[in-house]
Formats: sequence, structure tokens, C-alpha cells
Amino acid sequence: MTTIADTRRRRGRVVARNTAVGWSFLLPNFAGFVILTMVPVALLFYYAFTEWDVFGGATWTGLENFRQLARDASFWTALRNTLYYAAFHIPLTLGVSLGLALLLNRRLRGVAFFRTVAFFPYITSIVAIAQIWNMLFSPGFGPVNEVLRWIGVDDPPGWTTSADASMPAVIVVGTWRYMGYYMLLFLAGLQTIPAQLYEAALVDGAGAWQRFRAVTLPGLRHTTFFITVLLTIESFKVLDLILVMTDGGPGQSTLVLSQYIFQKGFEENQFGYASAVSVVLFAICFVVTVVQFVVNKRRSA
Amino acid sequence: MTTLLQTPPSRVADDELQPVRRLSGGRRVLGYLTLGVAAVVVLLPFYWMVMSSLKSNNDVFTVPVQWIATDPVWSNYLDIWSKSDMTTWLGNTVLLSAVVTLLQVFTGSFAAYGFAKVRFPGRDVLFLAYIGTLAVPWQSYMVPQFVMMSKLQLTDTLWAIVALQAFGALGVFLMKQFYETVPDELIDAARIDGMSEYGIYRRIMLPLSVPALASLTLITLVTTWNDYLGPLLYLRSPDLWTIQLGLKSFINQYNAEYALIMTGSVLSVLPILVIFLAGQRYFVEGIATTGLKG
Repeated sequence: MTTIADTRRRRGRVVARNTAVGWSFLLPNFAGFVILTMVPVALLFYYAFTEWDVFGGATWTGLENFRQLARDASFWTALRNTLYYAAFHIPLTLGVSLGLALLLNRRLRGVAFFRTVAFFPYITSIVAIAQIWNMLFSPGFGPVNEVLRWIGVDDPPGWTTSADASMPAVIVVGTWRYMGYYMLLFLAGLQTIPAQLYEAALVDGAGAWQRFRAVTLPGLRHTTFFITVLLTIESFKVLDLILVMTDGGPGQSTLVLSQYIFQKGFEENQFGYASAVSVVLFAICFVVTVVQFVVNKRRSA
Repeated sequence: MTTLLQTPPSRVADDELQPVRRLSGGRRVLGYLTLGVAAVVVLLPFYWMVMSSLKSNNDVFTVPVQWIATDPVWSNYLDIWSKSDMTTWLGNTVLLSAVVTLLQVFTGSFAAYGFAKVRFPGRDVLFLAYIGTLAVPWQSYMVPQFVMMSKLQLTDTLWAIVALQAFGALGVFLMKQFYETVPDELIDAARIDGMSEYGIYRRIMLPLSVPALASLTLITLVTTWNDYLGPLLYLRSPDLWTIQLGLKSFINQYNAEYALIMTGSVLSVLPILVIFLAGQRYFVEGIATTGLKG
């Protein structure tokens, strides 16, 4: 005769065994993940309130780093430049990649070839890309300005050598690099829209634009929203592209938030202050993610 | 067994899903025109890179632009090896890419099995922690991570890059997505037959998940090969440099040797391009999975 206590004990033993087995599967990855990701993320919120001496010791200074941050002109420049990059990179990439995805969703010859090609910028190393584009953008003899002169622009911009045109140059390269990636995500989204909806719209006499507005856009709502979030985070954390293409210059015209963290942390060894800037970056990305989550929930509810 | 292994016919036929209609003549031409322009925009920088790598240095910047290297200077591809430490850089990069990919694929798929198929308390909360960090940019915790690595005395060793790349949440996430499509009945049947969980992972899950493993392998390879920031922070000694760091230092050192710089760029891009073209399908599938459901 089995009693309730017996079954409970047996179930307890199964749970215990499963827990042990489960953890043994997780452990190799989890150990590395905790030490290299979770602990640093947690430490960030301690370091941000400390100051480091030359011997590598940290002293608690409370909100001092953040007070300093509020008065730090370079920090505000970096934040402004990051917003500048985001304000253009996000809509531009969104538009171009959606446009390309719509084009590729047609049955045209050469679509498969283009889908492959569009990925090249994404899988090519940033060092090579920045170097190629710097040469293309070269003010005197670069092909970009040569083409501009040829079509009648008398005084083409100095691109990465001028404070006004350096950020647009970086934005162009950023969009060029990532459009294939997001195009693919849009393409995957487009494939989930049932053809019957288009047929129904066609029967109702909807034109191409109306079909786009009434069927395609609503069908892509989830995808678009998700891509926007990815793009936003990607824009706010932009670093390697800037480092190799302009190194923040000329002057501070392309200095961005991540690069400011990099400078303070690794060039000036101010780990505390760099962590305070990192907290700002963290907070921005966190808020963006939470807003996405909440809005997405409300929409699908 | 075999019936269980087959995935259910969830996919609707292509024609039912895609809004494919034959376009009218004018819009067809317009479509091709746009496609052509887009292809040129994407490919032209690469074309410029290859052409410049075959020019003599004085011919890279000319008015008007020479779009074709009429007299290709193949010797650039010999000179680069003697003028730079290309062999060391490529060697380090190949070594790192191989070790990181092996570790990431193993630990990622192993942990994913635990998350997908073993039931135990706290599992889902733990998985949320993994997913949560996918949204946290590395740039925001690279400073404390650096301090951490210094304390572990890993800075300026290749181990730093292994540690940095091998335990990412991406592998766990991608593999878990795949494992969840494997029916539980199959696993339960194997359990009843007396197979241990490790046996199920090795003899059933791994063989079944070859496409997903291929995706993860390719994505990890490309990421590790192209990583610039990790090596920039951690690898200070020139004999540890990867191809990206080496190329950047070469650019700084020979900043007017445009043709040679492009030769080096071609060499740094070529291996990954070949790998991408060979495994394109898996790469693209992996991106679509991790991208859309993240």
C-alpha cells in the first residue's frame, strides 16, 4: 500500500534528480556566463559610485561621478552625437531594408543572388569596411566626390575630414552595413502574411498602395516593432564603426557614448567614471526594451 | 521511431503564402532597375577594394577614377606577407575562431538541452536571465568585465578572447529554439528505453540538430573572425594580434600605401566570405531564428 507520504517522497526524489541533471547540463555554459556577463553587469552598478586610484583600489564616492557627468561637456557632446546617429540611422535603415525586402518578395530573376550579396557588408570585418569607405569618401580624389562633381556638385563635402559631414558619412556606412541584415528579418516577416489577404484586397479593388497600407504594414507590425528596438539598441551602442572610421573626429564631431566609455575606461583608466557613463548607456537600452515590451503587450492584448 | 522523427507538415506550400503575382511590364522594369541599383550600391565598395588591391599605389587615386586595373600588380599579394606579420595574425585568428566555436557549440547546445528538455524548479527564471542579457549591450559592461579579466590575469592572453566569446547566451538561445521543435514523446520513449539524459543529448538530440549546429557554428565563426573590439581591449602584445588588429595597425603604419592596404583587406575578408558562401543557407536560417524570436 502506497501512502500519500510515499508518493510525495518519491516525487521529491524525481525532482531532486532532475534538478541535478538539469544543472549539470547548464553548468559549463552557466559558469562562464555568470563570471563574464552577470557579475560584470552587477559590478557596474557598484563601480559607477566609486573612484579608482592608480593602484587599482576603489573608494566609494556616492553620486560624485554623476554630478561630474552633469557638468561634463564632452559627455553631453557624446550623448548628442549618439542621438544624431540614432535619429538618422534608425529611420534610414528601416526604410531601406523594408524597401529591399518588398522588392525581394517579388518573383524577379536575380532575387536569390541579391539576397546573398546584401549580406556581404554584414559579414565583412569593420576594419576593412571602414578603410574602403574612408578611401571612397576621400575628399580630393575619392570616387564619391568625383561622381558628385561629375553630376554637377561644385563643392562636394569633405566627409570624414570635415566636422559637418563626418557624421553623415558614418551614418551612410552604418546603413549600408546593416541593411542586408534587417532586410532578411523583414523578409521572414513578409513570408508569414497569408496570400489570401492580398487576394481578398485585390477582389475588393484595392490598389498597390492601399494593399501595402491595409495588408502589408499591419501584417509586419510585430516584425517592424522588433526591428526598431534592435536598431535603437544597435544605434546607441555603436562603437567599432566609429573607432575605426573617424576615431570620434574631426574634433569631437563623431564622439559617441560608447566611445566616451572606451576613452575614460581604457585610455585614462578611470574605471569609476567610465562605469557611470556605462550606467547611462545601460539605462537608455533598458528603457527602450521595457517600452517595447509594454507597448507590444498592450497592442496584442 | 521514424514517424516521430519527421517534422509535422506545418509549412504551407510556397504559393499559398507568398503574395506572388506576375508584375505588369512597366513595374517589372522598375523592379529590375531598383534591384540593379541596389546591387551596385552594395557591391561597388567591394569591387573598388579588389581593383585597388591590384593597382600600383599611384594609380589608386586618379582623376578620372580608373575602374579597371588595366595592368594588374599581382606582386601586391606577395609583398604583403613580407611587409606585415600576416601569418601570425591569420594563425591567431584561425586558432581563436576554432576554439571559440567548438566551446560555444558544445556549451550552448548542452545548456540548451537542459533548458528545453529537463524539467526542474527555477529553470524558466534562469532562462529569462539569459534572454535579458541579450538586450544589454556589451559596451555597457565592458569596463567591469575588463577589471574582472585583469583580476583573473587573463588580459593580454588569447584566453581572454576565448572567455569573452565562448559563453554567449546566443548559442543557448538558438539551440533551445531548435530543441523545442523536437517532440517530447521522442525523448520520453528514449527515457523509457532506459537511456540517460546525456545519452539522449548525444545520440538523439545532436544528430537531429545538425542544421541548427551548422547555423550556430557559422555565426560564431564569423563573429569571432571579425571581432575588433575584444582583441583591441585585451590583446596588447603584437604576437597575439588577430587579423583585424593586425590590419588596423598595418593601416596606421603604412597609411599612404593604399594598394597594399586594400590587398590586406581582401585577404582578411576572403576566408570568411568563402565560409559564408559555402554555408549561406544555415547562416541565414540562424539569423532569422535568433532575430525574429529574440
